[in-house]
Amino acid sequence: MRLAAVLVLFVLLIAVLASASAVVYVRQQNRVGFAELARLGVERDDLNFEYGRLQLEQATWADNNRIDQIAREKLGMLAPTPATTVVIKR
Amino acid sequence: MNARVRPAQVRTRLAVVGGVLGLACTALIVRAVDLQVVRKDFYQEQGDARYLRDLAIPVSRGTIFDRNGEPLAVSTPVDSIWANPQELLTHADRVGELATATGLDEDALRQRLQERAQANKEFVYVKRHLNPDDAQAVLKRGIPGVYAQREFKRYYPAGEVMAHVLGYTNIDDHGQEGIELAFNDWLAGTPGVKRVLRDRKGHEVENVELLREAQPGRDLTLSIDRRIQYLAYRELMAALRKHNARSGSMVVLDVDSGEIVAMVNLPSYNPNARGAAPADHRRNRAVTDVVEPGSTMKAVTIAAALASGKWKPESKVDTAPGTWNFYGHTFHDTRNHGVLDVTHVITVSSNIGAAKIGGSLPRQDMYAMFHALGFGQTSGSGFPGEASGYLPIPKDWGPVEQATISYGYGLNVTPLQIARAYAAIADGGMLHTPTFVKGGGEEGTRVMDAKVAAQVLAMLRTVVAPGGTAPTAAVPNYIVGGKTGTSHQSTAGGYANRYVSLFTGVVPLSDPQLVATVVIHDAGSNAAGLISYAGGYVAAPVFAKVMDGALRLLDVPPDDVRNWYVGGPVTPASVAPGVPRAEPDATALGNMAEVPTP
Repeated sequence: MRLAAVLVLFVLLIAVLASASAVVYVRQQNRVGFAELARLGVERDDLNFEYGRLQLEQATWADNNRIDQIAREKLGMLAPTPATTVVIKR
Repeated sequence: MNARVRPAQVRTRLAVVGGVLGLACTALIVRAVDLQVVRKDFYQEQGDARYLRDLAIPVSRGTIFDRNGEPLAVSTPVDSIWANPQELLTHADRVGELATATGLDEDALRQRLQERAQANKEFVYVKRHLNPDDAQAVLKRGIPGVYAQREFKRYYPAGEVMAHVLGYTNIDDHGQEGIELAFNDWLAGTPGVKRVLRDRKGHEVENVELLREAQPGRDLTLSIDRRIQYLAYRELMAALRKHNARSGSMVVLDVDSGEIVAMVNLPSYNPNARGAAPADHRRNRAVTDVVEPGSTMKAVTIAAALASGKWKPESKVDTAPGTWNFYGHTFHDTRNHGVLDVTHVITVSSNIGAAKIGGSLPRQDMYAMFHALGFGQTSGSGFPGEASGYLPIPKDWGPVEQATISYGYGLNVTPLQIARAYAAIADGGMLHTPTFVKGGGEEGTRVMDAKVAAQVLAMLRTVVAPGGTAPTAAVPNYIVGGKTGTSHQSTAGGYANRYVSLFTGVVPLSDPQLVATVVIHDAGSNAAGLISYAGGYVAAPVFAKVMDGALRLLDVPPDDVRNWYVGGPVTPASVAPGVPRAEPDATALGNMAEVPTP
């Protein structure tokens, strides 16, 4: 009977210690996780910004006025006239 | 003796020492309890106030796309350099270095810092919207009290072509004009808030918690097609140059949905480098400015006449001898057209014919048709600053007013309203609310009998055929209908010697897809020294060139197939701006297929 009480006490003591260190551990994990989240958030934002910049660059290269001029002047392209078009009716 | 006294003395000393130590210990405990338990909240708060900060997490504004997913407005991150003047001025010797690094005038910067410091402020912008790399270079110098803040700058890759529709944002990224203003809440997003621990120097030591997740701005897909928008801009610009005109607008609508496919105005401005642009160049004239629509309203009058049942397309009206005196007012035609049927009143654009037909209708009926087609009220597009135009109520119409309204004077409308009304005729009498958002169109409401709409469309077709007022609006391989307009510009003192040239057209007529309205102000003399402001001469060719490109871009099958097989007009399609296009062959236009009734 006496021994059992001591044992229970001992187990409870171990449990308290374990939970105490678990709290510390989880708290640390939380910090690490939060730091990681913040880092990934920054990375995501940077990638988004990069994407935006690339979109802008593409839009600038694909500017209709630029394409128009290059096609006409550099490449000597023409829009097809009705005379050079064949209509296929299905 | 001594031996007997000593133990007592020792005991007293011990008691005294023990007592003092005990008291000291108690004092410490009391103090500790006081700090840790009783006044904990106060101290915790004070400590936090010194080291914990709630910081805003900046969010970027949503991107605006055209209907094909091409970006039209993109936010990119920039850094703004700011300083804490109190802190910076304690190292006043480094202000010069900061000025050099940011390219500012040292004295001006120093003065600005001192003013803010005296006002006990802890924040002053040094330079805003720097390239992040440049901002990092400034920060690397380690000047005390100098920090960077993340902000966003808006770029508009389509530049002046899209300027009026998109509008712009101010330096704080709030929409000021156009779509940027109308959809500001949708685009803006909500900045997040995070709590961080900072050291004495203001560096972030630890992220404590996220108080509010950042909500980035949502993207917006417009109904505008960037390619057609560019075509419209290019051709309108070419026409303005050719005719020495002052300003112009063009609106292209999708007939089935009421979506705005293109909307351009000239003069324009570069939204990426405004500031220098006069306010006059920033107006979206197609929705904010009103014009007297002139002859383009004849189609509405005729629609009202046909709807009344009193008139049929082949009913006759006498317009001889080209002038008509009515209640002391003289109406003029360009020449004596003699007896015309209703169709030919549209074909040759007879003012007298329209005035007589309009004048024969009950005022209320005619007003009802104009009102039903959206005149005198805003179109509901939601564009900031949209004008409602002016349509007098029938109670105020005398016989002369009614006759003048019949051919488009005495009321004023926006180019968008004209396009919208014609889109309703083209869609078999269904009026749509124009929208700038892809997929934002609605079913539409019936405002006209489908049969009447088909009859009016058939009349519009004769305008573009030889003998009409706008053969220049013909688009090779497609059946086109439209109506010209030329109106005297009204000014405060009556009518000045300035003209508005208009054309509005529907294409392809057998299954209408697009409606476009072109409005050009103050056409002057062209390169040949010829002065003409007729809508068919100035505005209609713009319509033809833009539609030619737009129909090809949208893969609309040609509907003028019979014409095609007989050879059709060989037109230098989409020639470079300024090159005149060949007139369509008369015989080819004569044998076009009949317009089917919707």
